[in-house]
This record gives sequence, structure tokens and C-alpha cells, in this order.
Amino acid sequence: MSASTIVFYILAVGTIGSALLAVTANKIFRSAVYLLFSLIGIAGIYFYLNFEFIAAVQIVVYVGGIVVLIIFSIFLTHESGKDMEKPNTMRVIFSALSALFACLFTLFFIREQTFIKTLNASVEPTVKNIGRQMLSTTEHGFILPFEVVSMLLLAAMIGCIVIAIKSRPAA
Amino acid sequence: MNIPLLYSLSGLARTIHIWLAGLISNEMLLLTTEMVIMGISLIAFLVLLCFFLGYMERRVAAFMEIRLGPNRVGPKGTLQIVADTVKLLLKEGLTPDLSDKFLFNLAPLIVVITSMLVIAPIAFAKDFQLWDINIGVLYVSSVSSIAVIGILMAGWASNNKYSLLGAMRSGAQIVSYELSVGLSLISIVILSGSLSLSDIVYSQSNGWWIFKGHIPIIISFVIFVVASTAEINRAPFDMAEADQELTGGFNTEYAGMKFAMFLLSEYINLFVVSAIAATIFLGGWMPFHIGGWESFNHIMDYIPSFFWFMGKTFFIIFIIMWFRWTFPRLRVDQLLSLEWKYLLPISMVNTILITVMAIMGWHF
Repeated sequence: MSASTIVFYILAVGTIGSALLAVTANKIFRSAVYLLFSLIGIAGIYFYLNFEFIAAVQIVVYVGGIVVLIIFSIFLTHESGKDMEKPNTMRVIFSALSALFACLFTLFFIREQTFIKTLNASVEPTVKNIGRQMLSTTEHGFILPFEVVSMLLLAAMIGCIVIAIKSRPAA
Repeated sequence: MNIPLLYSLSGLARTIHIWLAGLISNEMLLLTTEMVIMGISLIAFLVLLCFFLGYMERRVAAFMEIRLGPNRVGPKGTLQIVADTVKLLLKEGLTPDLSDKFLFNLAPLIVVITSMLVIAPIAFAKDFQLWDINIGVLYVSSVSSIAVIGILMAGWASNNKYSLLGAMRSGAQIVSYELSVGLSLISIVILSGSLSLSDIVYSQSNGWWIFKGHIPIIISFVIFVVASTAEINRAPFDMAEADQELTGGFNTEYAGMKFAMFLLSEYINLFVVSAIAATIFLGGWMPFHIGGWESFNHIMDYIPSFFWFMGKTFFIIFIIMWFRWTFPRLRVDQLLSLEWKYLLPISMVNTILITVMAIMGWHF
């Protein structure tokens, strides 16, 4: 076993282990923290594959953004110090089954899929290339989805401001 | 581009590498040994640095308030900080009974580890950095965003309402000020056209960005220093640990070495922030040159690049320490309105200005 394999298995076990802990922890704040470790593990796998940009974006978006948001909403809404009540057995069984089937389904497709090597020359995943691809208007460019996503984010932002705005008392 | 001939630590690193490669033939073992050596020397460097910064903070504070400062333990009080460390080591590492023990003990580690990880892409001297990653700036801003979770964890796990309040304040503060820090980092990325910290340093070989970039860069430098002072929770933005009202904020329940970890990470963050500012605005290890003054420039080249880097970094550290004794602490609403109503709009307009400047080629 080479060093690379060892590193991969450490990352994989860390990611899956903390994901399992995230759904089995009995305090909601702990679940959020385990989710954080799972997401960092995925970023680690990206680093392992030399996709530094995607790894850094994973950390910025998920760890710096989403997990912080989750923790804040837990603090503001939940009784975060108390143990969560145990879900009933039926619910546990059905969620376990659905998770199992989803896992098997994905595994089946990965096993069945024959991965064909692309004929195009490979592109280095540098920031410059990703940026060019993202904003190019030619074939295989991603300008349209990029703009659609930015419109969506803008709409979400305006919506938040409208909800949060204080209406002035009528004079 | 003429890169000046500078004395650098990279020669030393190469010598050690060649010497080790002669001793160890196994490639993997060699790599691991070098990593261990780098890790140990980095930690030793950081701990010594924190000793020095602790001493410097007291001396600067004393200087600003026209008093003497530490002067009893050791010559000029230099051993005071060693005495304090021994005291912290001997204290009991208390864990409160009703706290979440696992997270309570994990939080200081996360805070320290993230601040140490950010050191990796910083160039300490010419061609002397741990990891020349091609997304350096993005790496720095992404990894430093993990620290906030350590703080929230500490506040929640302590099971104490002052800690939780402090952690919430601190979280809100760090998340908001990250935006301004990011935008002022982006302004330099636009001009230099690269995210890698070593490329950014090399792009300044004909002049530091703060001189080349006219007024917009000076504005973004000021915004960077202000916003990162807030991001590392230092006065005047130390609402999170305001001793007088929150009895210490998120670290109220911590004692002994666990408390020392937070202190350590605070000083490492201070160093990191100043080092980043020195790297991207003040030319990193590049010596100070004046166009046309050949002999002057030549003399400047004789100063080793490590000293240039450290000198600039400590200049910014001094400024941030100066802030502490100059401005009164902000209220929480003032703190948020400073970011969202002033710094963020200014830095957005500034980014557009700098983009125009970069497209038109108005900078030197």
C-alpha cells in the first residue's frame, strides 16, 4: 500500500465516519459539528486529487458559509443544549432503508458505467481555465447557467431584504 | 523583470534537503522526515513568535500609555512572558461539569490548527515558503473561515450564557468582516492577475502595490487593516471578549493550557494577518527600491529578504497594536453598521475602480 492510498483511506473513513456520527448524534449542535468534519473531509479529498480551487471553494461555501449558517440558526431557534427526542422506530427503519437503497443505487450505476477516456486534450484545472470556461459564450461554455444562477441569487437576496426590512410606522 | 540578488533562507533549505537526501534513500521516508522537520520548526517558530508578540504588546501598551510596562522579571522584563507561560502550564485545565466535554476540549485545538494552517502559503523570504499553492489568496481566506466554528463551538460547549453571547457576537463579526477582507484581497488579485502569493510578490519587483496602485489601493489597504483587526477580534473590535461586560466572552470557562491555546491562536492570527498585508500590499520580501537611485537600491538589496519581510510584518503588527490604545471599543450595532454601511460599499466601489484601472492599464 502506497502512501497515497493510505491518505485516501484516512480521508474516506474520516468523511464517512463523521457523516454517520452526524445523523446519529443526540445533540443537534454536535450533528452540525460532525457535518462540518464530513465536509472538510470532502475538501481534503479534492486537495488529494489536486483540485485545489474546488477544495478551497468547498471550504469557503460549505464550511465558512453553510455550516456557520446552520449553527447560527440552531442557536437562534433550537434548544441546542438539550438532547433531541428519540425518533420512533418506524421512522428509523424507513430512513435507514432509503439511505441503503440510495447507496446501492449509486453503487450499481458506478459499477455498470464503463468510463470512456475522453478524446479531447485534458485541461489543467487552474483558476484561469475554470474562469474562462465559466464565462465563455462558445460551445461548451457555461455563461448561461452562470448568469441564471446569479439571477437566482440576486432574487434570493432581494427577497431576504424585503422580508427583513422594517416598515416605517405610518405618520 | 530584474529580480534583485538577495540573501535568502532558500539556500539553507536546499542544503538541508541535499544533506537529508544523502542520508535517506527512500523517497517517501525522505518526504515524511522533511515534513516533520518543517512542522516542528514552524511550531517552534510560532511559539517563540508568540512569546515575542506578548512581550511586544505589553511594551507597546506601556509606551502608548506613558508607563513602564513589564520590567522586573529578567532584563527589561523580557522573561515576564516566560513566567506567565509557566504559570499557565501549572494551572489546572478545568472542564466544567455540565459542559459538552468533547467539544469543549476540541474547540481550542480547531482554533489553533486553523491559524497554523494559514501560515503554509506565506513566503517568509525569497523562494522560501512551505507550500507554493496556486490559489494562495483563496486558500488563506477559506481556511481562516474555519476558525469561527471553533469559537462558536467553544461558546456553546461551555454551557454558559456569557460564553454563548460572546461566541454569537464574535461569529457575526467575523462573518461580516470577512467580506471586506475578501474584497480588498481581490483588488490585488485583479491587478497582479494571480492568486498565488509568490506570483503576487514577484509582480511587485518593480514597485510595491501600495505605490503602484494609486489611491484605490491605499483605500483597500486601509480597509484590509481595519477589517482584519475586526476579524481577529482585537480592540477596538473586541466586543466578543469584552472583559468588562461579558467577563471574557467565549473563553470565560477556559483555564490553563486550553486558555493559552486561544491566546496562542490570537497572536498567530495577528501575525498571519500582518504577514498577508505585508505580502500583498507592501511587497513581501521585496526590498525597498527607488527608481533611478542605483546605489541606494543596491545597498537595499544587501539586506536579507527575511528581514524585509519581518520588518514590514512587524510594522503592521505595531499599527494594529497602536489601534488598541487609540480607539474606544465599538458597540455591537456600531460595529455592524461600520461594516455593512461603510466598509462594504466603499470596498465594492473601490473594486470596480481597480478593475477599470487594471483594464485601462493606469497603474505602473
